Amino acid sequence: MSDIPSGPAAGVLVRIRGLSKAYRRGGQPVPVLHDLDLDIADGDFLALMGPSGSGKSTLLNLIAGIDKPDAGSLEVAGVELAQLGEADLARWRARHVGFIFQFYNLMPVLTARENVELPLLLTALPRRERRERAELALSLVGLADRMDHRPSELSGGQQQRVAIARAIITDPTLLVADEPTGDLDRVSAGEILDLMERLNADLGKTIVMVTHDQRAAARAHSVVQLEKGALVAGAVDGGA
Amino acid sequence: MFARLILRNALRHRLRTALTVLGIFVAILAFGLLATVVDAWYAGAEGASAARLVTRNAVSLVFPLPLTHREKLRQVEGVSRVSTANWFGGIYISPRNFFPQFAVDAQTYFDLYPEYRVPEAEMREFLRDRKGAIVGRKLADTYGWKVGDVVPLKGTIYAGNWEFVVRGIYDGRDAGTDTAQFFLHWAYLNESVRRLLPRRADTVGVFIVGIDEPGRAADIARAIDAQFRNSLAETLTETEKAFQLGFVAMTEAIVVAIRLVSYLVIFIIMAVMANTMSMSARERMPEYATLKAIGFRPARVAALVTGESVAIALAGTVLGIAATFPVAERFGRAMGSLFPVFRVSLDTVLLQLACALVIGLVAAFAPAWRAARVGIAEGLRA
Repeated sequence: MSDIPSGPAAGVLVRIRGLSKAYRRGGQPVPVLHDLDLDIADGDFLALMGPSGSGKSTLLNLIAGIDKPDAGSLEVAGVELAQLGEADLARWRARHVGFIFQFYNLMPVLTARENVELPLLLTALPRRERRERAELALSLVGLADRMDHRPSELSGGQQQRVAIARAIITDPTLLVADEPTGDLDRVSAGEILDLMERLNADLGKTIVMVTHDQRAAARAHSVVQLEKGALVAGAVDGGA
Repeated sequence: MFARLILRNALRHRLRTALTVLGIFVAILAFGLLATVVDAWYAGAEGASAARLVTRNAVSLVFPLPLTHREKLRQVEGVSRVSTANWFGGIYISPRNFFPQFAVDAQTYFDLYPEYRVPEAEMREFLRDRKGAIVGRKLADTYGWKVGDVVPLKGTIYAGNWEFVVRGIYDGRDAGTDTAQFFLHWAYLNESVRRLLPRRADTVGVFIVGIDEPGRAADIARAIDAQFRNSLAETLTETEKAFQLGFVAMTEAIVVAIRLVSYLVIFIIMAVMANTMSMSARERMPEYATLKAIGFRPARVAALVTGESVAIALAGTVLGIAATFPVAERFGRAMGSLFPVFRVSLDTVLLQLACALVIGLVAAFAPAWRAARVGIAEGLRA
C-alpha cells in the first residue's frame, strides 16, 4: 500500500466543496454536477434522490472513487480523491469502499462464497482465512446455507445479499449502493433495506444510497435531492 | 481462486469454447504434421556423419568417377577409409514403389556406416553371395520381405531385369537412422556393366571417405580435390551433410511452401481465437468494471482475459500435440519409403507449444487492453 492519508475531519466522513463534473457528448461538454457542496457524517445513512439525469449516480461514482471530478474538492475520510492516481485509487477503493449494485454484479461462474471472497484476493490473507471470513459474512446476511450456490441458483434478494456480503467483507468505511432494491420485489426489497439498516446501526457503516424509491429513502437518516446537477433541498431528515 | 475464475470463464460458453479448442487442435495438428514433413525432408542431412566426406565428379553427380581414384584417395592425409556407392535406380514392380538402391563396395561400406546394424551372420551371407542384398527394416516391413526372399528390380540406368536375394536386414542405431535403403554388390553390378557397356565399367557414382578428425574436414576435402585437379575426372568433395543438403536445395521451393502453409494455418486460427476472445470480453465488460470497482487493478483484469485465452489455446494445443504422434506415425507408414525417417521431433513439439502461447497472447491482446482500460462507470452501464 502507498501512503494514502486517512482520518476524517471530526464527524464528517465525506466532504464535498465546489464539485463539478461534465461529460462530453458529440464533442460538447454536458454539465452533470455543478458547484456542489455536501457533507456526509460518519455513520450516516444517506439517500440520494432525484429524477433521471439529475446527477445522483455521477455523484455516487465520484464519492466511491470510480470517477474523478473536473473541479472542486472531494474528501473521503480525509483523503482528497482527485489527488490519487489510478493505482492508488484502486487500492483505496479496495480498502475503504463496499459496492452494492442494482443488478448485483456477481461473477456468474463463482459460488456465493467465492464471490464474497473476491475482494480478499487483493489482500495478503491466507486462503483459509479468506474462506472463513467469506463464510462469516454470508452468515451475517443470512445465507449460511447457500454458500456453494452460484448466482443463477439464487433469487434476486439472495443475490443482493451476496453482493452485500461482498461489500462488507473488507470492513470498508463506506458503503455505496446504486438502486439496491431497484430489481427486487417488495418483500425482498424490504429484507435488503432491513439488512442495510442493521449494517448502519450495528456495524456503524456509513451508507450512501441512490434510489428512486420513496420507501427505500424513508429508511435513510437523511435524504439529498438532486436536480439538474444541483442540490435542491440540501440534507433533510429521512423518515426513519 | 484467480485461476479458478479463469478456468470457469473459459468453460462458460461450452460450445463456443469447444469449437475454438477444436479449431486450435486441428491447426496445431496440421502445423505439427507439416513441420514433421519438413523435418523428414532434412532427415538425410540431419543423420549425416561429420566423419564422412562424399567425393563426386566436379562436373555433375551424373558423371561417374573412375575406380582408380580410390587408391589416390586412400593416400590423402587424414583419410582413414574409402568406399564407393552407385545409384542403381531400379523399379520394384511399379514406379510408385520408390526406394533408394545403392550398389556399394560391400567389404568397406558398412564399416563407414556403423549406424546400419546388420547381424553378423547375415552380413557374412551377404558378403558371400554376389547377388545378395541388405535391406533396411522399414523397407522390409513395407514390402513384407524376409531374409532369403528374391527381390526383382527392373533396371532404368542399368537396363535389364535384375534379381537380388535378401541376405540381411539392417536396423538403425537410433530413430533418426534411415532404414528404407537397399544395398547390393557393386562388384556384381560392375560385372554386368563390363559385359554390356564396357565404357562405363569400373566407375563409381561417389566415393565415401572416412576421416578421423571431423574438425579437419574442410582441409581434407581441399586436399582430395587438389589431388585430382587437371585430371580427366576432377572431383568435388564435401561433407556428407552438405552433400545431402544439396539434394534438399533442389526442392527448396516445396519446403518453403509447406512452411508458409503451416504458419498460415496458425495465423488463421489466431484470427478465429481473437474473435472468440473479443466476443467473450465484450459480453463481460460489466464484470470487468465490477472487478475494477472493488479494487482490481487494470493489469489483473487484463491477466484474467489473457489467462483465459492462453488456457483455451493450451487446451487445443495439448490435444493437438497428443494427436500429432499417432497421426504422424500413420502418415509416415502411408508414405512408405518416400520419407525414410518420419518422426515428430522435440523441436516440433516445442514449436507447437510456442504457437499456443503466441495464439493465446496475440488473440487476447486487444480484448485484454479494452477490459483493462474500460471506465468503471461506463463498464457498469454496458
